[in-house]
Amino acid sequence: MKIRTQGAFFALLFLAAAAAAEVPADYLRSLDTAARADAAGFAGFSAARGAAWFSSSHGTDWSCTTCHTANPLGGGKHATTGRAIAPLAPAANPERLTETAKIEKWFKRNCNDVLGRACTAAEKGDVIAYLTSLNQ
Amino acid sequence: MIDDRKRSWFDGIVWTAAAVYLAMLVDTAQAADHRYAVDDATYQSECGSCHVAYPPALLGAGTWREIMRGLDRHFGTDASVGDSAHAEIKAYLEAGAGRPRSAASTMRISDSPWFRKEHREVDTATWKSPAVKSAANCGACHRQAEQGDFSERNLVVPRRESR
Repeated sequence: MKIRTQGAFFALLFLAAAAAAEVPADYLRSLDTAARADAAGFAGFSAARGAAWFSSSHGTDWSCTTCHTANPLGGGKHATTGRAIAPLAPAANPERLTETAKIEKWFKRNCNDVLGRACTAAEKGDVIAYLTSLNQ
Repeated sequence: MIDDRKRSWFDGIVWTAAAVYLAMLVDTAQAADHRYAVDDATYQSECGSCHVAYPPALLGAGTWREIMRGLDRHFGTDASVGDSAHAEIKAYLEAGAGRPRSAASTMRISDSPWFRKEHREVDTATWKSPAVKSAANCGACHRQAEQGDFSERNLVVPRRESR
């Protein structure tokens, strides 16, 4: 799905809010603003790009799927401690992606572990678009 | 005069010995029961999302402080928490800290002689089985570990993988 205009972005926002996943609208808006500032040609977040990014490796031993598995609708397991991890996709776990502070806390930790750096706004927006696009 | 002084010395020694003995009894009773207090919601939600919220009593205050100082490099992962959560968790861990048990160099509960002694009956194959995998995975056997209950009554060792 390619979103080319800001109008389409807000339509998606509305859809996301109407679905079970209620990603805070102001958080998504701030990601969108930051992504536009980072890249002049930025044309909106992409669930497809997020899906590819979620399962690729980024230069460390871990990718997102190492702990969260390739199916975010199912549960995962912490790679070192074996601790059970609840599903990431809001369709399977309505609590996910509902709190800005929590989302940012986990991006900070996990991006450091998986990429060895902070994630960009575009990467965050894409992976959120991917996770909220999943349906059971 | 001299007798009085001797007696007060003797009394002092007796009382100190009694106090030490009592303290040891309490400590042994707690250790034998294997039930510990883990009762801070912030600690449980912040730290308990990646591993069992380990009972504060299992490490000394100095080790907890050191762990809290390096959360961004926490045993190979970034486990940073927000400032207010950090302060609350640090205070909670220090208040509930126990005798220093672990070698300060590794900071791991599982590296302490106490931990090894308690787990001496667990063989290598069990540790390596997919159900356990890591000494950090307390809940694999201690079914009530989340509640700080490590008693033998709630202990179920998973079957080993068939070879």
